[in-house]
Amino acid sequence: MIYADNAATTKMSKTAIAAMLPYLEDVYGNPSSLYVTGQKAKEALENARVAVARCIGAEPREILFTSGGSEADNQAIRSAAAIGKKAGKTHIISDAIEHHAVLHTLKKLEAEGFAVTYLPVQENGIVDPAALEEAIRPDTCLVTIMTANNEIGTVQPVRTLGEICRRHGVLFHTDAVQAVGHIPVNVKDDNIDLLSASAHKFHGPKGVGFLYAKRGVRLENLIEGGAQERGLRAGTENVAGIVSMAAALEEAVGNMAQNSVRLTHLRDRLIAGLSDIPHSVLNGDAAQRLPGNVNFCFEGIEGESLLLLLDDKGICASSGSACTSGSLDPSHVLLAIGRVHDVAHGSLRLTLGEDATEADVDTIIEAVKAVVAHLRSFSPVWRDLCAGKTAFIL
Amino acid sequence: MALYSEKVMDHFRNPRNVGVLEDANGIGTVGNAKCGDIMKIYLKIEDDIIVDVKFETFGCGSAIASSSMATELIKGKPVSDALQLTNKAVTEALDGLPAHKIHCSVLAEEAIRAALEDYEKRKAAAQ
Repeated sequence: MIYADNAATTKMSKTAIAAMLPYLEDVYGNPSSLYVTGQKAKEALENARVAVARCIGAEPREILFTSGGSEADNQAIRSAAAIGKKAGKTHIISDAIEHHAVLHTLKKLEAEGFAVTYLPVQENGIVDPAALEEAIRPDTCLVTIMTANNEIGTVQPVRTLGEICRRHGVLFHTDAVQAVGHIPVNVKDDNIDLLSASAHKFHGPKGVGFLYAKRGVRLENLIEGGAQERGLRAGTENVAGIVSMAAALEEAVGNMAQNSVRLTHLRDRLIAGLSDIPHSVLNGDAAQRLPGNVNFCFEGIEGESLLLLLDDKGICASSGSACTSGSLDPSHVLLAIGRVHDVAHGSLRLTLGEDATEADVDTIIEAVKAVVAHLRSFSPVWRDLCAGKTAFIL
Repeated sequence: MALYSEKVMDHFRNPRNVGVLEDANGIGTVGNAKCGDIMKIYLKIEDDIIVDVKFETFGCGSAIASSSMATELIKGKPVSDALQLTNKAVTEALDGLPAHKIHCSVLAEEAIRAALEDYEKRKAAAQ
């Protein structure tokens, strides 16, 4: 099997698994308990906080452990909105290609009276910093723009965006779920006030993540209860998961430079190979993208059938077609970068992991070529395109 | 648990009656690319019997499997039988479809009906 869906989730690293086991087997105490095994768990929790903070250039007290990226996004945005509301500022700026954890939270806030400006992205999937600066109003309380996109892998100019926000005194949140552990992220250098991350995207366990909140940015808690996480996130901590996440992140950051070079090479080889397929297009910027991310649209075919046939060939991938999203519309990200519905249905996302090889990439290229050709061979859309009855879009 | 039944996967992997009928006397196309599903059915009818049928489909796995199964269900049958084909029959023959994929079997029923209507229209025009 070739697992090429690392943007969906990653395989846990051996280091991450080994790190969590003692906290499942022996040190199972509640970190809030005062006896030794509880305090050992508490110590592990705080060591994990130090490690996670160091990996993103934060201070330990600026790290809040959550159940994952979605919770962190919800809490970051709700907190910034609450701060804004107290100051009479109810305008938020985001963009068209955010994850639904951000978009749906913003929709709720709109229903509660907030105004949200969704910046368009350019065809390469990147937010224009000048457009952000123009959109900032006196009543803007928050800008939330992701570090890297989960579908098309584009990496935003976060440092520039953060600098603009700081200059205007507006809080800047970034959903860095796809970025942390894969590309350098430093909250101080990048002018970030709030950042969300998720362990299972960097070879840690599922169900655990963290929220960075710059010192002085007051968080609202989403979950009421005990005084865990300084009263900002009630519920007994997922000690094993948190310890494992810290180990996974330290490992990912430690190997980032070499992994990035290798993966970028494999990614570009894959892009070059798939570009040979006629009437196809790479989605997202060719250079400003995550090291392992490849996303294409192929005209005349539909994405779900493509995925099923790739699965038959032992390749795990993903698509932004309506049939795979469970809705009637294809991916909002593909539509936002200007792909029309007809073409967006035929999308394929391949996200390589650190253990991918050149042979894997070549196998994927051959498999995709064969499957696309097969599906086109009995596609009425493709027939009409080839017969000149309709015009090619790609 | 797999997304689809073995029957669906079989018809998706090895679609029956796939292709074009150059001498078709009834052709029906339904769906649109915007929604992600298009089915085109070609019928060759002689003495009110469907002697041959082919299909082309742009769509997901269940759309392809539904077209394949629908063509199997009407091949060699009288037109009057084909007119009775329901999406329920297609779904049942496929050992079921996930709830959000039932529309694929509806599309197959509509495609066959559209091809039969085209055949009737051509017949009326010829007379």
